[in-house]
Amino acid sequence: MHTPLRSLAACAAALCLTLSLSACGRGETSSDDDSGEKTYNVTLALSTLNNPFFVDVRDGAQDEADAQGVTLDVIDAQNDATTQSNGIQTAVVAQADGIIINPVDSDAAAAAIQPALDASLPVVAVDRAVNGATVDSYIASDNVAGGSQAADALAAAIGETGSIIVLEGQAGASANRDRIEGFTEGIAAYPNITVVAQQTANFDRTEGLDVTTNLLQAHPDVVGIFAANDEMALGAIQALGARAGAEVKVVGFDGSEDGLAAVEAGTLTATIAQQPKELGATSVRVMVQILKGETVEATQSVAVETVTSENVADFLS
Amino acid sequence: MTTTAPAPSTPDPGPATSGSDRATATASSSTTARLRRFASDNGALLGLLVLCLALFIATPHFLTGPNLLNVGIQAAAIAVLAFGQTFVIVTAGIDLSVGSVAALSSMICCWMFVNTPLPGGIALVLGLAAGLLTGVVSGAAVAYGKLPAFIATLAMLSVARGLTLVISDGRPIDTPGAVSFLGGSLGPIPVPILVLIVAGVVCAFILNRTVMGRSMYAVGGNEEAARLAGLPVKRVLVTVYGLSGLYAALAGMLLAGRLNSANPQAASGYELDAIAAVVIGGASLAGGSGRASGTLVGALILAVIRNGLNILNVSSFWQQVVIGLVIAAAVGIDVLRHRRGS
Repeated sequence: MHTPLRSLAACAAALCLTLSLSACGRGETSSDDDSGEKTYNVTLALSTLNNPFFVDVRDGAQDEADAQGVTLDVIDAQNDATTQSNGIQTAVVAQADGIIINPVDSDAAAAAIQPALDASLPVVAVDRAVNGATVDSYIASDNVAGGSQAADALAAAIGETGSIIVLEGQAGASANRDRIEGFTEGIAAYPNITVVAQQTANFDRTEGLDVTTNLLQAHPDVVGIFAANDEMALGAIQALGARAGAEVKVVGFDGSEDGLAAVEAGTLTATIAQQPKELGATSVRVMVQILKGETVEATQSVAVETVTSENVADFLS
Repeated sequence: MTTTAPAPSTPDPGPATSGSDRATATASSSTTARLRRFASDNGALLGLLVLCLALFIATPHFLTGPNLLNVGIQAAAIAVLAFGQTFVIVTAGIDLSVGSVAALSSMICCWMFVNTPLPGGIALVLGLAAGLLTGVVSGAAVAYGKLPAFIATLAMLSVARGLTLVISDGRPIDTPGAVSFLGGSLGPIPVPILVLIVAGVVCAFILNRTVMGRSMYAVGGNEEAARLAGLPVKRVLVTVYGLSGLYAALAGMLLAGRLNSANPQAASGYELDAIAAVVIGGASLAGGSGRASGTLVGALILAVIRNGLNILNVSSFWQQVVIGLVIAAAVGIDVLRHRRGS
């Protein structure tokens, strides 16, 4: 409930700053107050908040920012690369100390962060890479490794033999490419498993339900389904009904709240848990290190873990 | 508002194929002419049959009982949205907000069920009422605020989606039993298909058998003439957008019921499918024509294409291309046919 108020306040603040800047010109403002305990203003430019995963990224980043005494402005690009670019421009004008970007589109992000690079601000990319520009650090889950872990989990669940279906996410999205690449490589190690259909359901639960229902018509004998995110996996489970978890094993990806609940319920055999809150928290932590002049690694992987009924309790908060 | 202006014999701008029209044609023509007339009136239906035939030849998995039920279930949400959209398009308007309103209504319903002591049935009714209300607001903006329909409903698209995210904080919410029932099945018959049938019959009844429905065609055919004829044009406009909102809410409940959860991003982009279904079904975006049966066929065509492409395992890149081409072909053929007919 507090989010819209906060973003409203952020907008108002940005507007005031813009106005005052244009009034007095770009003079030296209170950037150093020599007390040593400077409060940093960091802007987190998220691709979308219309997805529980990125809401978790935000929550993790916010908690870490509160812990470190950093002021965090969150801007939501609503999956529009232009909106994201505009938001970053505004943040730079509003004198943010650093930008954390979760690109809408990895290729468009280079142009989006250019104003920040021009102003010599540190930039950290989180979850998705920036292509064509150098950022100070890139924090991401290892999606390729995760895909191959998913292949192992599914193979183990179906006894390393049988026909399976693959549900892809948005065509062209890097996370989808990496997960599918990892899964395809991983599943190739099991000669008795055949992928009989590979279709997109656009990371969407309703589409996961519809596409799975359709595919089951053509392939009623499948024993396993891999979905490149939990939302599609949950749709597939809905399509399978009572067969989910029993005759047909489903493996998802993300470790979202609903996904973990499904693992606990036994309908989802496994999910590859990304740690979105950890992604958010790490990005803020690394940003603060950069702002304090410490050296950081160019890429930092946040571990992904295979969650099954055995260890799901550790992930349910 | 509706002062009774004397209207000297305004011609009735009803649809081209009214009942009496067809009756005279039947009396005076042979069987082949009647067949030709049927084909001309039901181009979309023929398209659907051709599509089904092609898929039947291409794969043995298409024309099976369970798969046809699947197609019906998958068509249900789009069809219900499109029935609501039909009212609006008949009056020469457009409602871009239906996808967002669907998501908002189901989210309000589920939120109230989870966060208040209200029983699921009441929450369901309140969710539907919320859809009706957003529609009435859009309608009032069009009728009384003189906003172009495109803009008024585009604004509502954004507002409703935003409110959905505010209410849900971006996370899915579980559905009450009353909503889940809509996604389940009653004996062997899936409830979404029953809802689809009832919604379609109600839509056809309103359009063909009520004064309000006939007024919609009059307003769409010629708004000025309708006003001069003493029809309550503004009330008609508010009604059509209200109905569209209500139907959108019902579609939202169907989607949530099938997933057992209301998703904040549910039905995004569905407004375009709904509009496509209405237009494929033979309605004109210029207003004054459109039938519930055509809209149903339009929605079925979209569902059959998606189902068939999945079964044939066509690459996702090509699916979008094929869907676009089929929409263009369906409407293109319709336009050509009408040009030849007139």
